[in-house]
Amino acid sequence: MGGKTESLNGVKSGSTQTSMGTAQIGLKPDLFNFSLKSLKLKTKQQELLIRVSVLGLIYILAFITRLFSVLRYESMIHEFDPYFNYRTTVFLTEKGFYEFWNWFDSESWYPLGRIIGGTLYPGLMVTAAFIYWVLRFLRFAVHIREVCVLTAPFFASNTTLVAYLFGKEIWDSGAGLVAAALIAICPGYISRSVAGSYDNEGVAIFALLLTFYLFVKAVNTGSLAWALASAFGYFYMVSAWGGYVFIINLIPLYVLVLLITGRYSMRLYVAYNCMYVLGMLLAMQIRFVGFQHVQSGEHMAAMGVFFLMQVFYFLDWVKHLLSDKKLFQAFLRITVTCAIGVGALALGVGMASGYISPWTGRFYSLLDPTYAKDHIPIIASVSEHQPTAWSSFMFDFQILLFLFPAGLYFCFKRLSDATIFVVMYGLTSMYFAGVMVRLILVATPAVCLISAIAVSATIKNLTSLLRTKHKVPHGASAKGTTSAKASSKASLDQSLPFQRNGAIALLLGAFYLLSRYAIHCTWVTSEAYSSPSIVLAARGAHGGRVIFDDYREAYFWLRQNTPSDAKVMSWWDYGYQITAMGNRTVIVDNNTWNNTHIATVGRAMSSYEDEAYEIMRSLDVDYVLVVFGGVSGYSSDDINKFLWMVRIGGGVFPVIKEPDYLVNGEYRVDKGAAPKMLNCLMYKLCYYRFGELMTEYGKPPGYDRARGVEIGNKDVKLQYLEEAFTTSNWIVRIYKVKPPNNRW
Amino acid sequence: MGALLAFRFALVFFVFSVLSLTATSSSVSPQDLQIVSAERRIDLTSHIARVFLTLKVENTGASPASEVLLAFPPTQVKHLALVKAAATVGKRKKKSYVPLDVSPKVLPDAPNEAQFLSISLRNPLKNGETVLLEVLLVLTHGLEPFPAEIGQSESQLVYYHDSAIILSPYLIKEQTTYIKTPSNKVESLTRVEPTNRVGTEIKYGRYDDRHPYSYAPIIVHFENNSPFAVVEELVREVEVSHWGSLQVREHYTLVHAGAKHKGIFSRVEFQSRPGFSGVSSFKNLLARLPPRVHSVYYRDEIGNISTSRLRTDSLKSELEIEPRYPLFGGWKATFVIGYGLPLQDFLFESSDGKRYLNFSFGCPLAETVVDKLTIKVVLPEGSKNPNAVVPFVVKQHLETMYSYLDVVGRTVVVLEKENVVPEHNSPFQVYYDFNPIFMLAEPLMLTSAFFLFFVACVAYLHIDLSIRKS
Repeated sequence: MGGKTESLNGVKSGSTQTSMGTAQIGLKPDLFNFSLKSLKLKTKQQELLIRVSVLGLIYILAFITRLFSVLRYESMIHEFDPYFNYRTTVFLTEKGFYEFWNWFDSESWYPLGRIIGGTLYPGLMVTAAFIYWVLRFLRFAVHIREVCVLTAPFFASNTTLVAYLFGKEIWDSGAGLVAAALIAICPGYISRSVAGSYDNEGVAIFALLLTFYLFVKAVNTGSLAWALASAFGYFYMVSAWGGYVFIINLIPLYVLVLLITGRYSMRLYVAYNCMYVLGMLLAMQIRFVGFQHVQSGEHMAAMGVFFLMQVFYFLDWVKHLLSDKKLFQAFLRITVTCAIGVGALALGVGMASGYISPWTGRFYSLLDPTYAKDHIPIIASVSEHQPTAWSSFMFDFQILLFLFPAGLYFCFKRLSDATIFVVMYGLTSMYFAGVMVRLILVATPAVCLISAIAVSATIKNLTSLLRTKHKVPHGASAKGTTSAKASSKASLDQSLPFQRNGAIALLLGAFYLLSRYAIHCTWVTSEAYSSPSIVLAARGAHGGRVIFDDYREAYFWLRQNTPSDAKVMSWWDYGYQITAMGNRTVIVDNNTWNNTHIATVGRAMSSYEDEAYEIMRSLDVDYVLVVFGGVSGYSSDDINKFLWMVRIGGGVFPVIKEPDYLVNGEYRVDKGAAPKMLNCLMYKLCYYRFGELMTEYGKPPGYDRARGVEIGNKDVKLQYLEEAFTTSNWIVRIYKVKPPNNRW
Repeated sequence: MGALLAFRFALVFFVFSVLSLTATSSSVSPQDLQIVSAERRIDLTSHIARVFLTLKVENTGASPASEVLLAFPPTQVKHLALVKAAATVGKRKKKSYVPLDVSPKVLPDAPNEAQFLSISLRNPLKNGETVLLEVLLVLTHGLEPFPAEIGQSESQLVYYHDSAIILSPYLIKEQTTYIKTPSNKVESLTRVEPTNRVGTEIKYGRYDDRHPYSYAPIIVHFENNSPFAVVEELVREVEVSHWGSLQVREHYTLVHAGAKHKGIFSRVEFQSRPGFSGVSSFKNLLARLPPRVHSVYYRDEIGNISTSRLRTDSLKSELEIEPRYPLFGGWKATFVIGYGLPLQDFLFESSDGKRYLNFSFGCPLAETVVDKLTIKVVLPEGSKNPNAVVPFVVKQHLETMYSYLDVVGRTVVVLEKENVVPEHNSPFQVYYDFNPIFMLAEPLMLTSAFFLFFVACVAYLHIDLSIRKS
């Protein structure tokens, strides 16, 4: 907008200048004045140019800083969930949207299967497929994998634009630029958006910030168009990630706070009603979400606030009509009690009749961090669901952690509807970030925005101090018009000695901090967040890079050398990868929708071989896959995850008891381990024939390098299974379940 | 003018009738030829069986003979990948070979469905003359693993079926057969006296005066642990870009075609006793690529395979690839090898203004059999009248492919051949017309797209779309 008016002005002034030139001028001062004016316009244009080019550079920076993994390893999909997303995207591009929507996947959750269309957020896949189709239409012969790998960085770049607009909306364009720069390289966001991490969050953070920005814009302008846009932003967010629940609870909370603080306005009414009603209707189009907006306890806050708004509006109207203040007070009392009563009654009836479902376990575990540990081990077992440690806050935010409170101070100093929103977003998301590691992601945009306000405001203040100091002698000598202003400033300056030097020192300090931040972010991105986790790299004895590509070795072996209808049993972590890369049916996978099924697998893994054989026969298992790090020293293997299998298995089948696998509350695999531990299926499969192997020089055979002990049961005999394949570094071991013995 | 035409017609007719006469005469009397001496050396050291035949043929009949027939039992014909024949000219030091044409031939009265190939001689053989023929036969899938399934620590034993006496429609006065095995571990062999075995060589013969169509089946059961690398399907895409590079992509479906792996695969055994355990398996393969190869990649459906090594020098490039896992009998691996080559080494302009690509047919992997080879030569957009010149019989058709920024699509010449062996690695040519102006189409498209984009931006900044005057 700004650019447009400016350039128009420029054109106008240019044309006037030419007319002046032709009309033989006699007044020199006029011309002088004019050229000054055009110069001023030029600086404005320069400012625009600088702004646009800085934004362009940030856009590119956000993209390329996420490419470490592509350069270090290759263009590949990372980790676990992205493999499912990739597989579904490939399906979508091959078979089309209709088939995708009705896809019943028989390759996972054998024998139950999974209705893919109804149990996933399609936003990411549709986005990637759309980009793919557009590129194909423009005759760019790209592979769908490349599109998937680069989707997250692309959306991260887009997020910087939204952050700029958002910062501009809540503070000024300077803060917007700083916010864009901060979020472009913030490790908290990069952790989920490096190239290859093709997960919902990559798109969802963009959608989240976009929705918030559009909503704040709608509140600020009261425009129906912006509210409509924010409803569509919300729809995109709902289609992309389950985290939309955060939006549908934060926005009502914000509206409630505005109502309480007496900031109710027509703008707010328009923005919220339009956004809520349309957003809700649109969100219902996503099959996985369905009627949850009217039926689930998690969405009730939004509905309550919606009705409250109507009551508020009604009261406002009545107040406008009734001139009598006393009468209105009485009316207010009656209406409010009635409204609250009706609302509570409706909620109670809904809850009691089961029409409104209670809160889910995941939601509870957010409100009460200890809930999952006691009630839902499957949620607690995921490392990214753990409460956040201070170190990871420091790791992901670095100086933003200190700038955040400073930014809050500035926000409170210049309180407006927009700053209230960003403060609330910051505080609530910070709380959630403390509850769960992965929710640092949600807090990151807020932290970046608020910190950007702090940085921008501070630097602006400091530079204005510097400038006035410069201008004072100039202005005093050259022009008399500004002398009054200058003298006032000068008097202010005199009250603080060494102000200029102090400002310079502080500015230098700020630049030092910001450059440290940039260095830290780059270091974290390259060292911590750019590993695909499917290919492991280590330093060899001679300093060269050693690659452990065992996962793909095993998956590719499964893909090529087992019958195409083979069923593979493994712990659920590897389910998505086995179906995507191995192309084989799995019993359980990372979509942990059926706890009993997972518990059955956990039970099989923690039982003796003959009991496990019964379970495997009943599940029609052909192959068992375990991940074992004893040879390579890879510590996140199945033996270290084993206690969770016991816990989850024991949660459903009380036969499995955790203390049976522990010795004095201690988990060990050496000679002192519990007898049940030494003979359970998982132990046997991991350590089969491991006792013959010398893993490290100077250590006895059967020395487990991941745990640093000599194993307790070196003579593992298998009766019902046989080794089918072991990868070159022993990280993945696959066993074949033997057919039952012939009775004759 | 008319007289000349008539004369030409008469000449053509005359030549034709003479040709048909000679053809009938030679097929009518195969008995007029006899083989004075025959020596056969069968090399069974790899999984591709190579048979070197040296025949001394004499014409005893009255009419001159222009072709010599080779007979094969029907079971052997389907394994036959390649037949090369040459006549030896000169003696001792001045010896040279003249390659001869070989074509299949059907004889109506052949006993036991014997199949024939005919070698056309350069000069018809007159009465009493002799000619010395060298014939190379390459047989694939001719070794049958027995036992068909082996465990990890067993070595692979195979059967070779053949006849001790060369199957021939002619009388053979004296003949000998030598069979070379990879090691001296021979489990059993059929004896047709005189037979004897020395080290890795088995000698059948000398047999004298064997009648036409004599046959003495033999089975040799021996150890063969050489890699039975068979590419079930190979698709080679050669993409020509007139901007100076040739991109090659090769899609392999590799299988170990030896005895099937049975039972467990133990990594401990495989690692600790490499010379003993899994001897019949193979871990790596060697691909011989043209010199000056660049940007080589080796990957499969799920990503890059990090175990490969490239050695280059000025004469050749060698790419050593390891599949993700060692291949045991019956195990499969699919992968893609891709590389770029400088265009000037392969693309030339012929005297009539056509351009032609000169590239090697066959599979770059050493000692492998390709069951089905498809070569797709992707010509640049705008090229016309493609035709391929291949030194042997292939199936051909044309396709259209769309790559980056293609509007009308690229012409693709598709060549298909089954049962390809390393001996097929000879160059073939694809001729086509190309106007260099088409090279500019894509850069111009891009330039104009960017130009339009900027024009649109400028236009947007100068157009006021608001309804209300602000």
